[in-house]
Amino acid sequence: MMNYPQVLFKNRKPDRIATLEEYRQSGGYEGLGDALSKASHKDVQQVLLDAVLLGRGGAAFPAGRKLMTVADDAPHPRYIVCNADEMEPGTFKDRVLIHADPHMLIEGMIIAGYGAQAEKGIIFIRPEYESAARILEREIKIAKEAGYLGKNILGNGYSLDIVVHRSAGRYICGEVTAQLNALMGKRANPQQPPPYPTEKGLWERPTVLQNVETLACMPHILRNGPEWFKNLALTETGAGTKIFCASGKINSPGCYELPMGIRLSEIIEVHAGGMVEGSEYKACLPGGASTRFLPREFYDIEMDFDTLRNVGHRLGTGAIMVFDQKTCLVAATLNLVEFFARESCGWCTPCREGLPYIRDLLRRLEEGEGEEEYIPMLQQMSKHLWSSYCAFAPGAVSPVESLITYFEDEVREHISQKKCPFK
Amino acid sequence: MKCNVDLTYAMIPKELKELLARQIAGIEHPRELVVDVMFAVQDHYGYLSDEAVEEVAELLDMSPLEVEQLATFYTFIYREPVGKYVIHVCDSVICWMEGHESLLDHLSGKLGINLGETTSDGMFSLLPVCCIGYCDRAPAILINKKVYGPLTIEKLNDILERLRAEA
Ligand SMILES: Cc1cc2nc3c(=O)[nH]c(=O)nc-3n(C[C@H](O)[C@H](O)[C@H](O)COP(=O)(O)O)c2cc1C
Ligand code: SF4
Ligand code: FES
Repeated sequence: MMNYPQVLFKNRKPDRIATLEEYRQSGGYEGLGDALSKASHKDVQQVLLDAVLLGRGGAAFPAGRKLMTVADDAPHPRYIVCNADEMEPGTFKDRVLIHADPHMLIEGMIIAGYGAQAEKGIIFIRPEYESAARILEREIKIAKEAGYLGKNILGNGYSLDIVVHRSAGRYICGEVTAQLNALMGKRANPQQPPPYPTEKGLWERPTVLQNVETLACMPHILRNGPEWFKNLALTETGAGTKIFCASGKINSPGCYELPMGIRLSEIIEVHAGGMVEGSEYKACLPGGASTRFLPREFYDIEMDFDTLRNVGHRLGTGAIMVFDQKTCLVAATLNLVEFFARESCGWCTPCREGLPYIRDLLRRLEEGEGEEEYIPMLQQMSKHLWSSYCAFAPGAVSPVESLITYFEDEVREHISQKKCPFK
Repeated sequence: MKCNVDLTYAMIPKELKELLARQIAGIEHPRELVVDVMFAVQDHYGYLSDEAVEEVAELLDMSPLEVEQLATFYTFIYREPVGKYVIHVCDSVICWMEGHESLLDHLSGKLGINLGETTSDGMFSLLPVCCIGYCDRAPAILINKKVYGPLTIEKLNDILERLRAEA
């Protein structure tokens, strides 16, 4: 097996987290004092931009550019928020990262916070991750005692405090603007920009929000430079490593840190232990429930943001959920839509009303009560959902649309046989 | 009936209320604590009763309606009484593929309750939940927010027996 460099997982252990000392020995916090005194916050922004660090939370927005949108004369206090909500089905990398090396995230928040000149840090975490929340609270205290957090970090004049904010659980809280509402004790409905959170976010103050994995990349970029980071990827367009979460019909479900741009087939066959016995690859969702089914013809595709975008797909969170030839994709899509219908925040009509409608059509198809006209009806309703208020709905119909694009025959068999052909 | 139930859970104890009031007084934007306060009060009552909603509202200087909007929104805030052990069964796509349905049927049969119900001895509640972020351990469930997986019927039986014995 090819051994690829482990950057984010270099201190990962099977049974416990890396201590502050272990993180330091691996180079952690090294040069942070220097960086804070030598590099201006603008330099930090530029380095992250040059490294082509794209957001790992699903939307692939350049982290450096986001920091740059905080205006020089924007008011204080400013906020840096770490999105550890991780509710995208199939995704569990942030949990594994926090359990592996919490100080990497803390150092990432210091760097991003410095880049935004923020003095308040918040980690927003889902309730299922209570153990991760406790680890973070403990390690934040340890970092503070060591002088990495609090007032005047390492004597460089920059100050940052971090608190852990527990959510009570709802998928939409992962969306930036909904998360800010949740943090402010409001119902977590999204809020369309403008104003952008980096202009007026939490309590009307500039707020930069990044995913756990994005933040964890930052210390390494600062220490090793943007060129090094870009060269970690196997493709020209990619940059860095990516933590892929593999699950479904494979032998070794889990998180694998691999170069960006690695082929899907290699992830499945070499790193995730191959397909389980008797199973053949039929399709996967490459980046969580809100991405499109990737059928057999893309089995060798290079997994980076650009390559997938060029063929009309999305890398999302890099959570690869593998389906085999024995799994009915109408039933799988029905399950996914049930999830979205339940989790819709209910704020806007197309999403609130459209998803139950799609769910009912899929349920009838699965139960053998489908009609020919359901196929165009599904397509049309999916199209309507693109005019919803936030990005939740276009994500929700991605499995539905791609089901019809790639597996229309399978849908039709449900109609002609008047039953699910897999039952 | 409802009135009786509420009266048995008298006001939250003075110490807890004071502790929460102190935490609230210590931060710039008290509303940031609303979820923490709901959890603390829920831990005390077992669920977020009507009274509890009012107490949370009072503590944070919010209207009961504002608290209610949140209480009914979040998965882990219970507006109705639940059992000593709340079992959340993940029904998202990976657990579904790995046999969540047979787990659920088994649990339902064994406990004699459907999703959304609580056993008559007040021990177990059964609720659905979406992907809990342990798809590498599918099929997975949570019991009082602690994760168990990958589960088989046998393992599930062992866990239930252990919990019954501990209670
Ligand atoms: C419905 C919805 C759910 C989301 N859930 C998450 C999540 O759980 N975690 C996350 O990091 N980003 C999530 N996002 C993406 C965030 O809106 C945002 O783009 C991201 O957190 C920004 O950080 P990044 O640039 O570092 O990826 C979600 C987006 C949508 C539309
Ligand atoms: S698209 Fe769905 S989740 Fe987004 S605002 Fe509308 S109802 Fe809420
Ligand atoms: S699908 Fe059940 S834990 Fe993710």
